Amino acid sequence: MISFGRSSCLLLMIAGSASLFAQQPASSSGELHGNFQMDAQYYNQDSLIGAPVVKEKILTNGFMNLWYTKGNFTAGLRYENYLNVMQGFDPRYKGSGIPFRFATYKNDNLEATVGNFYEQFGGGLILRAYEERGLGYDNAFDGVRVRYQPAKGLYLKGLIARQRTFFSLSPGIIRAFDAEININELIPALANAKTSVIFGGSAVSRFQSDQDPIYNLPENVAAFAGRMNVIRGKFNLQAEYGYKYNDPNATNKMIYHPGQALSVTTTYSSKGFGLLLAAKRLDNFDFRSDRTAAGIGANVNFLPALTRQHTYNLPATIYPYATQPNGEMGFQAELSYRLKKGSKLGGKYGTEITINFSGTNGIVKNPTDNDTLGYTSPFFQASKTMFFRDFHVEIHRKFNAKWKATVMYLNWVYNKDVVQGLSGFGTIFANMGVLDVAYKINAKNTIRVEAQSLLSKQDLGSWAMGMIEYTFAPNWFVAVLDQYNYGNPDPIKQIHYITGNTGYTKNGNRIMLQYGRQRAGIFCVGGVCRNVPASNGFSISITSSF
Amino acid sequence: MMKKLLLLAFLLPVALSAQVLDNIRPLPSVDIKTLDGKTINTSTFDNGGKPMIINFWATWCKPCIAELTNIDEVYEEWVKETGVKVIAISIDDSRNATKVSPFVNGRGWTYEVYSDPNSDFKRALNVNNPPQTFLLNANKEIVWQHNGYTEGSEQELYEMVKKLAEGKTLKTAE
Repeated sequence: MISFGRSSCLLLMIAGSASLFAQQPASSSGELHGNFQMDAQYYNQDSLIGAPVVKEKILTNGFMNLWYTKGNFTAGLRYENYLNVMQGFDPRYKGSGIPFRFATYKNDNLEATVGNFYEQFGGGLILRAYEERGLGYDNAFDGVRVRYQPAKGLYLKGLIARQRTFFSLSPGIIRAFDAEININELIPALANAKTSVIFGGSAVSRFQSDQDPIYNLPENVAAFAGRMNVIRGKFNLQAEYGYKYNDPNATNKMIYHPGQALSVTTTYSSKGFGLLLAAKRLDNFDFRSDRTAAGIGANVNFLPALTRQHTYNLPATIYPYATQPNGEMGFQAELSYRLKKGSKLGGKYGTEITINFSGTNGIVKNPTDNDTLGYTSPFFQASKTMFFRDFHVEIHRKFNAKWKATVMYLNWVYNKDVVQGLSGFGTIFANMGVLDVAYKINAKNTIRVEAQSLLSKQDLGSWAMGMIEYTFAPNWFVAVLDQYNYGNPDPIKQIHYITGNTGYTKNGNRIMLQYGRQRAGIFCVGGVCRNVPASNGFSISITSSF
Repeated sequence: MMKKLLLLAFLLPVALSAQVLDNIRPLPSVDIKTLDGKTINTSTFDNGGKPMIINFWATWCKPCIAELTNIDEVYEEWVKETGVKVIAISIDDSRNATKVSPFVNGRGWTYEVYSDPNSDFKRALNVNNPPQTFLLNANKEIVWQHNGYTEGSEQELYEMVKKLAEGKTLKTAE
């Protein structure tokens, strides 16, 4: 558990300084600001959807950030409570405490932080600490960080820290350094050059003592990454390569094979036209601050899926792809085009078309004689095992001041065994369709209707989804939605997931009520998107920022 | 003893906050990125004494896109009437950050767009979920904020922009 002693000292410090300043004129008093969120749910028993019995009946998650800023100085903390933690979150969130507190001093060229902080080097290939509170994800560092800009166009960062895992710290110590050079800023003669070039490099090292009775494990594990970004006119090229020395760990089955990662993205865009091509390869690149960790937690690096992030209910929640850090090779192409306003095809307001195709396969792993190395893998070769495919076309059009609509078609291949780490489910083929129509009754009242369908012969079979949402600007909304698994091969499980929602927003405050059954996923309703776990019951969510 | 201290320590700033909250708040100083990869500090945001709107959005956030698309249709008129500037902060992480530039260009948005890939600026302004909109007065102080977007609520925002542009305060609106 986090020690209360340290935390309360810092609290006293902040409170003390704040109350001192309060007696001074307002101009020198600094400001106190923050945000708050509380979610509570009353759980109904629902054995049909496999919802576990909740002994407490009511579960709550809550937090408050409180930051104090005065001039170059900022200090803050976050109190979190889980009484008890809600369904769908990791049970290691237990009780309450102050797992996040920090102080930062910043002047023109230098920023120093002690305590907790988030950080990202480049695209996060070898280091990223971040929070996704709605998902219960938080791998904040706890230590010291310095950011320094010795010259124009040159940015340096260094840190020594341990990482948060729920209410404790991961055993490894992370030492990390990053440098970024913007050539055009650094060399005055190139300030107005047509081509702009940025280079970056980083090194991350983890120390974790070896207490294993059998293996001779490396106590220091280093990873390096280099990146570049070249922009010329409408072209933009970004590439990042990472290498990790031998790191036997729980997710790679304790092999000494070095890890490699490469990500390349190029885009071309002009008014009304955008094209993106991206490719990625990962080999043994799960990097954690604890070699024994698996599942969620203690991640040092960030390896997002190279696929479109969907927000329509069925594509976002039924078969979303998850990165396979220990071996995958993928690509993505996306074309976006806008039919001009006032043209014959584009209509009065123009029409936006997006075509996206992404796919990921495994990598080839040839066994070696040296079994501590595990395997060898040819760098430019993907295996024949398909992990995921997503092809989709989306068309959005505003017809007039009252009507607008989006239609979408998707074709998916989803290897359930690989993505979810199961066996016996095989690969699922699915076709999906989405229709989203909004009708603006007048300046403040709008009705929006969504109809979605997922057709599949495998797994849980086909789904249909319908939603109707009514908004009264700028404060109110009410919505009802139904997700119906009508094609489930087991007739008892042909279930309706019906939920009703209503919410009220005023300035930075928001209250939302929900009743019903819900599957997990990114959930966008009433004008806000958030990640929610599966559940059945009545829930209330209050957020506020001040 | 420790618990009492803790409670006391917690209550003090809360009691104080009631006092502080009435005060308007200056823009925090955070390093973010331009769409061509340059580092820029948020304290350099400027609109020559005219109001500014800072909007947090993401390429995967449907209501955010609806809001920015709807404002885009009337933006020219807003600028002409009030001189307001919209600054759109994308909180897309490295999964989608490279898509922001084609996304914005493809739609022909004329906002100033920046990337906040690890949510540093979002955190400094204590944003829970996107979209969230902040309105800044002539002195670059945050005088109003709003979470979420419902079709048509840009009109409420514009009424306040007009007030600020005429040199009035928002107090009377509350």
